[in-house]
This record gives sequence, structure tokens and C-alpha cells, in this order.
Amino acid sequence: MADDNSVGAPLPQDGSARQLPSGSDRGDEKSSGFWSDLFAPVAGFGVSFSTMFRKVATEEYPEKPRPTAPRYHGRHQLNRHPDGLEKCVGCELCAWACPADAILVEGADNDDSPDGAGRFSPGERYGRVYQINYLRCIFCGYCIEACPTRALTMTNFYELADNDRGKLIFTKDQLLAPLQEGMLQPPFPMAEGMNEKDYYRGKVSGPTDGQREYVDARDARIDEEMSQ
Amino acid sequence: MSTHTESTDPYATGIVDDEAVADAHVFNIEGGDWDDLVDEATSLNEERIVVNMGPQHPSTHGVLRLILELDGETVTEARAGIGYLHTGIEKNMEFRTWTQGVTFCTRMDYLTPLFQEAAYCLAIEKLLGITDDIPERASVIRVLMMEMTRISSHLVALGTGGMEMGATTVMTIGFRERERILGIIEMITGLRMNNAYIRPGGVAVDLPPGTIDAIRDMVPKVRKGIGELEALLNENPIVKGRMVDVGVLDLAGCMALSVTGPVLRSTGLPYDLRKSDPYCGYETYDFDVITRTSSDAYGRLRVRIDEMYESLKIIAQCADRLQDNPGPVMVADKKIGWPAQLALGPDGLGNSLDHIREIMGESMESLIHHFKLVTEGFRVPPGQVYQAVESAKGELGCHLVSEGGTRPYRAHFRDPSFNNLQAVAAMCEGGMIADVIVAVASIDPVMGGVDR
Repeated sequence: MADDNSVGAPLPQDGSARQLPSGSDRGDEKSSGFWSDLFAPVAGFGVSFSTMFRKVATEEYPEKPRPTAPRYHGRHQLNRHPDGLEKCVGCELCAWACPADAILVEGADNDDSPDGAGRFSPGERYGRVYQINYLRCIFCGYCIEACPTRALTMTNFYELADNDRGKLIFTKDQLLAPLQEGMLQPPFPMAEGMNEKDYYRGKVSGPTDGQREYVDARDARIDEEMSQ
Repeated sequence: MSTHTESTDPYATGIVDDEAVADAHVFNIEGGDWDDLVDEATSLNEERIVVNMGPQHPSTHGVLRLILELDGETVTEARAGIGYLHTGIEKNMEFRTWTQGVTFCTRMDYLTPLFQEAAYCLAIEKLLGITDDIPERASVIRVLMMEMTRISSHLVALGTGGMEMGATTVMTIGFRERERILGIIEMITGLRMNNAYIRPGGVAVDLPPGTIDAIRDMVPKVRKGIGELEALLNENPIVKGRMVDVGVLDLAGCMALSVTGPVLRSTGLPYDLRKSDPYCGYETYDFDVITRTSSDAYGRLRVRIDEMYESLKIIAQCADRLQDNPGPVMVADKKIGWPAQLALGPDGLGNSLDHIREIMGESMESLIHHFKLVTEGFRVPPGQVYQAVESAKGELGCHLVSEGGTRPYRAHFRDPSFNNLQAVAAMCEGGMIADVIVAVASIDPVMGGVDR
């Protein structure tokens, strides 16, 4: 067989279904006509010429940056519940999922007692330390897929270059989303009558009066201490 | 070719004569007057020169080092020096879960990320024995992504290959058209390259709304762009003068060196894994395997161009199938399927609030699955498997060995660039030094894949 069919010979001869398809040899296809044949060698000039009258494809990057796709994997953001409590519960799933070991999380207990450190998130724990090392991050997005509370999301911001390695380790205060209209600054207790699960079920739509009073009292107390 | 060897192996390096090496003149160019160096070299009456082309040479596709022995302008011996981009990806994969491995293998051949992901995931699925359980829609999306990757890779191959011959317009048009493809890929995966989109059991996330329309909008534009490339290249007398009968490697040579992909198909053998050993349902798509018979760089150029048209045909068929098939994109087995349900919101991309409600508010079972899969991953039965896909460059194989744990015991990739690069010596020796550039460009090696 090797003599009369050199094409088939080197293939595995195991008799399996590895059948070669019939190739489509375009080598000797018929040309499209006399004139196009005549001008084929210089057809490229036509391309260059017509390109002069087309919209320029170049991006004017620093002056006019083009928006990314909505799903773009950009800088991370730590989100808040509608009342202002942090969504991060310090579970470290993002750090576990990260293939590049770029995330450091240290959780701590929320404390509702009068002299305690306070409550930063619904539930038992919150993320006390949260760092993302953008020198290591490969923007694969596994962390946001791992996050069980949608605390961690990726925005479309991508201008992350810097000339100082230290500045590229982002800490929690840089990653945490700013307070939106109506949100309160933690620490403060959960909304009255709500528990942790109610937050995840979407039953909390904003801060309650009780929470506002607590935060006002807390801030007044801090102001007093500062002025003394 | 080599005058100083008795070996019957035509590809063996000549016998090294230590004395001759010690006596040889070595010229190190470290500043100074070029004429002085030339005078010194001419005074020796020696024509034989060994030149290191690369690893920092703009036309060697990254960090390929070509060691060329020259007699005047004729290459008498050519060797490829590799390893300058070794990143230890395969070793790293042994220390990550099966799912995390996707983010590593996608970075091997950085122009064809989705092929590595597909080969790796298909291999895992074969080991798990769930190949038939992969949802139809996931397979169609995989095919769609792979074919778009094939076009973008071929466009880079033509573009950079053209630029290395001095045809900058070919490069700009190639990259302009590639941008349309990357736009769609970014729309779907959120990244332009290194996507980590194909996952064991399916794909990471379903297509966003409007994708099918965007694809249908893109296909004719890219077809027109490829037409422009054809007008620039096909009958261009300079291109033909540089490429016809350059870098010739016939079928026997390809077989001896296990060369695959467009290089092999340019010899006339219609060997394409999509037809000969189908995966992801390729047997159900209507497309042709492109071949040429010239076995030279020009034949490879034409094979690549025609293959892009075939890929566009497949993409159009994928779009039709995706329209009719709303199905899931991840395997139903909750012990394997990656638990994420991504959704866009004003705060960016993250797990959907429905998924959060399910795992945090309703079902402790789901929460346990989520934690188990993310921290530990799934276990894969002991054994080994080989799965090959037809990458843009040739047969991309993935060999996985499992001990039964949550991470591979060994992950090895047969990258087509690596095998094809062996053909440099056979293609270049006896030719002119200018033809080396064309021959290497026609192989289209990507050093990220060669060195891994």
C-alpha cells in the first residue's frame, strides 16, 4: 500500500474510523476572467487607494479611549449592601480560587456589643484585611466567580499601570466601593428585624431609621471625643 | 550539506573538532568601526560565518534563536535554539486544581488561547467520562470560539509574515480585521486573549445578548477584509517572488518531522483532525479541508487564506445553531460543573443576585457545593488520556495523567509550533539567508507555545 498510495501510508493503520477527508485542493481553480487576471498583480494598489477614503481604524488611545466590552475584566471592586454594610464576609473563596495567589484576605468577627469593634457586614464575619496584588493578578475572573455574596465584582477600569511596585498592591480602602446616595458608613448594626439571609434575599433596600440613629449617635460620640 | 560529517543522518550536527574550534576566529562586535572588523574578517580569506539570528531579532517571531552557518549569503546549516520563553506552565498546572489549569494552558500559545483551553477541557472530560454529557450549546460555543481564534491566528500569521517581508499594509489590514474578531471574543469572554473561557464541563458563561447579531455583522466584514488581503498577496509579483518555491518541505519531510497544520496541508495531504478525528461535533458542520500541492511558503499562505473562509462558514453555521438552542452551557452534574452564574450589574461583572440568593439564602446544599468546588475542586479518576484538536497551527495535543486527585499528576501539551519548528533546518539549509525569514514565517511558530 505504501507504494501505490504514499498519501495514506504514514497514517495510523489501526483500521479505525480515522478516515481522511477528501481535500479541497484550490491549487488549480479556474480564474475569474481575463480582466481580473490582467490586473491581479496590481490589485493591491486598489486596496491601498480605496483605504484612503475609509474611516480610520486606528484608536486615538490616550486622547479618545474606546470603551471596553461590558464584560471586560478590569479593576476589582468590593461592593456594599443597599444600607452601606459591606458584602464581603471574609470567607477567602476569592483567594482560594485565584490561580495566581494575588489575593490576601483576613477575616474578623463582627461585634454588636456596646464596647465592641462594631459590625461591618451582615452575618458573623467581615473582611478585615483585603488586598489584591495587581503585580500578580492575571484578570482571569475566577475570584468574582467564586465570590458567594457578589462582594467582589470586576469593573471596566483598566488603566492600572504605575511606576511603583508598592502602589500596585491595592488595599481594602482602595477597592471598597464608595458610599452611594443614602448609604451609611459602617460599622452599624443590621436593619431591625432582618437577619443575614434577608440581606441575601434582597429584602433590604436601604438604611432604616434605627440604623441612621445609631450612626448619628456614633458619629456624635466620635466628634465629641475628637474635640476633647 | 555539512561537509565535515560522516553521519548518515542528514539532520545531525557535524562532528565538533575541538582544535578547530579553539583556533577559530571569533569576532565580537562591541562598538568600534565596522570597516575595521570587515577588513580583519576579509584578511582571513574565510567565507564561513556562523550567525546567531535572534533571540532578539524582530523577524524571528518573538525569542526564537536561529543559529545559521553561512557561506556568503547561502545558509549551509540552520538550527533553531529555543527555550528563551520557558515559563514552566506545565509544571505549574500540577499544583493547581483542574479548573484553575485552564488559566495556565490558555497562556501557552498566546495567539490561540481557546484551542489550548478546548484541548485541555476535552481531555479532562474524557478522563471523567462525561464527554457525551456536555450540553449541545456549550459545544457549539466552543466551536464558534475556536474558529474565531483560528481566523485571528491566521491573520496574525499573514500580517507578521507580510511585515517581515516589508509589506506593512498586509500587517495593518491583518490586524484591523483581527480586531473585529477580538471585539466579539471580548464581548463574550470579557478578555481579548488568555480568556479562560472554556471550562471542564462546558463554558464559563453564556453569550451576552446581541452576540449573534454582532457575529452576523462581523462575518461579511471580515470576509471583505480577507478579500483585501487576497488582493494584496495572491498575485503580487513581489510576494510570489519571495515565497514561491521557498521553504519547501514535501510530504515525506513533514511526516518524518511530524509536521501538521497548514504546512502539512500545503503538501497536498488533507489531514485535519476536525474531519479525521472529530470533537465538539465538528462532523456535523459543513466545511472543506483546504490543501495545496506546492509544498512551499506560498502554498501555506494560500492554505491559510482559504482556511479563514472555511472558518467563516463554520461561524455562520454556529450562529444559526445558537439561535435555536437556548440550552445550558455547563454540565448538569453539580459535583463537576463550575458553580458560578455571572451577571452584569451597575457594579460590574460578578455572580448574579439570583445565584447569591440560592446559595446564601435558600439552599445550604448549593452553598456546600460552591465551597467544595472552589476550594478543593472535583476529583478525576486515575488514568491517562490524550486529546488532540486541530489548532490554527496544527495538531494540538493534551496528555493528562491523573492520580485520582483534584489536580493533574502531569499535564503535557503537544504544541504544534514546537514540532513544526523542527522543520526549520530542512526548509532553510541550502537556501539564501533572506529566505530563512520567509520559511520561518510560513511555519508560524509562537514561542509561548514552543517553550511553554
